[in-house]
Amino acid sequence: MAFISSVKRTLKKVKWKRYTSYIVVGAWFAVLLLLDLFGGLNDTGSRLMMLAAVYAVLAVSLNLVVGVLGELSLGHAGFMAAGGYIGAIVSKALAPSLPVAAYFPVSMIAGGLAAAAFGILIGVPVLRLKGDYIAIVTLAFSMIVFTVAQNLDFTGGASGLKEIPAETNYINAFVVLIIVLVVIQNFTRSKHGRAIMSIRDNEIAARACGVNITYYKLFAFTLAAFLAGVGGCLYAHTATVLRPESVDYNTSIELLVMVVLGGMGSMTGSVIAAAVLTLLPEYLRFLQDYRMIIYAVVLILIMVINNNETLRRYKDRFFAWCKRALAAAWAKCKTALKGKKKAPAPAAETRETLQAPAEFTEVDETALDERERKGEK
Amino acid sequence: MEFLSSIINGLSLGAMYAMIALGYTMVYGIAKMLNFAHGDVITLGAYTVVIVSSTVLVPAINLPVWAGFIAAVLVCAAVGVLVEFVAYKPLRRASSLAVLITAIGVSYFLQNFFQIVFGTSTKNFPRVPLFNETWMIGSLPLNSGSFFTLIFSVLIMIALTFFVKKTQTGRAMLAVSEDRSAAQLMGVNVNRTISVTFAIGSALAAVAGFCYGYTYTGIVPTTGAMPGIKAFVAAVLGGIGSIPGAFVGGLALGIVEYLSQIYISTQWSNVIVFGILIVVLLVKPTGLLGKKRSEKV
Repeated sequence: MAFISSVKRTLKKVKWKRYTSYIVVGAWFAVLLLLDLFGGLNDTGSRLMMLAAVYAVLAVSLNLVVGVLGELSLGHAGFMAAGGYIGAIVSKALAPSLPVAAYFPVSMIAGGLAAAAFGILIGVPVLRLKGDYIAIVTLAFSMIVFTVAQNLDFTGGASGLKEIPAETNYINAFVVLIIVLVVIQNFTRSKHGRAIMSIRDNEIAARACGVNITYYKLFAFTLAAFLAGVGGCLYAHTATVLRPESVDYNTSIELLVMVVLGGMGSMTGSVIAAAVLTLLPEYLRFLQDYRMIIYAVVLILIMVINNNETLRRYKDRFFAWCKRALAAAWAKCKTALKGKKKAPAPAAETRETLQAPAEFTEVDETALDERERKGEK
Repeated sequence: MEFLSSIINGLSLGAMYAMIALGYTMVYGIAKMLNFAHGDVITLGAYTVVIVSSTVLVPAINLPVWAGFIAAVLVCAAVGVLVEFVAYKPLRRASSLAVLITAIGVSYFLQNFFQIVFGTSTKNFPRVPLFNETWMIGSLPLNSGSFFTLIFSVLIMIALTFFVKKTQTGRAMLAVSEDRSAAQLMGVNVNRTISVTFAIGSALAAVAGFCYGYTYTGIVPTTGAMPGIKAFVAAVLGGIGSIPGAFVGGLALGIVEYLSQIYISTQWSNVIVFGILIVVLLVKPTGLLGKKRSEKV
């Protein structure tokens, strides 16, 4: 008993909020592994989960630029393309002589480095610009990468790079996702991460405090490019062919939508949004042609509801109401369970006395909530 | 001679970009947002002409082309105002990124709407009499369509300059773009001004859709996407928010794109166009005719 209570105490000390993303991804991965073990995961399912994990890697890396650095990038697919093509070419060269476990990490790192090189190349001039202009130049960059990939011989031209070893599966995709999450979370919570967030919040104030703006902007941008390259390399190996169309402007936009829907700066949010947005169109297939239009409408609605003051107030009130209802239901369940446990030979009297305080606490809780809300206003 | 005719063709391509870029730049100047759905309004304009003036989509309606043109302008202006009211107006005080994502949502919506209603197959634009001829000026062959596109854009530019400088609504637009809250305090109806801006921008996109239609003839649901992006680049090249800038940027982009297609390579022209954008922004970060804004602490 003493052991259990000490474990309980240490568990209470852990700041769980810091580890939400690992817990979410880890639990999801564990469920998948269990399902797979008992044969509950078919080919389509594992392919979808793999794609969801790959998009999560890409979305998380974009979140570093958009959410943490606070610069809008419309060309993330350009870095993804660089990493994908270089990685695929490296693994094509190494595949005949090495086992998968040896060459796959090498090609991922090669892809990441190639993308990081592009990140520096484009970042040095771009990060001098402000706001919307960064968005436009990154857009132009990804257009250039797309056109180049379409027209060079060694990238396979418009028909795509062929005979890539399709070695990505949901297991290695999840392992990479977890590694990327660890890197990003630790980076953003370090001294460097805080410097970058200070640039996002107020560039002039950050400069006045002695933060080297150019260096940190470039650092974040290049790291994001590197991770996007790794993600792109994973993506390239999901199939045997890598077409330029799969890394075009629309992909950048989809990634951006994932980041914004998940909440800028929140890595857990990006992962969940990437999963939902990858799986949703698949499960909406029964709606046929209407699914994309529904997707668009949902996107507009979410943006409007989350960003309009009046509508957001209604939303918050609704969620607060849900929360209170849930808490009340939970309290009722608790008392019901306790009542059963503690009263093996139930007499009518004891039951009443047991239930009465429970009702009081319930009322107290709502009253507290009410007071809190009034205090906020 | 060949060079001169490519210059003219480039100018006409640029004139089309300029018309679209004017819409981008006006909306950016006044509502401070990048309207990514603008390209799809071009498609809407082209489809409206196809509906009204040919038997391809709706066999019952077959009016002359000028009626289709007027219908396209009206429909696009109405849709522009409607989109602004439904999707952008609730987000007046939201971050620019939120508005941008909403605009992307609107663009997805319009493209998929066209796909469901009009189908994915290519729809042929009706033949416009007088616009598909080749005129000879001396020994210089001139496509009449290119000529009319140029004329359209110059007329629009003159009308727009007059409108902005001389009318009350136009000056209200200038005031709102300068300082929204100050304009409001001076009694300018900001919401109405923004609606008018969207109506004008979308009407210009309809004209561009018409020009695209008779130049390239085939219309698909994603027709407007690429010209939309190019025009956006043109607007930035000229200095976003500046009306003459959009015009100059559009023409410059058109000439560069056409000449590089003819003299260098069709495939690589996009690289050259976007490369020039990057270089210009690095040398002059506010674009060719953009104003520099000082930073407030």
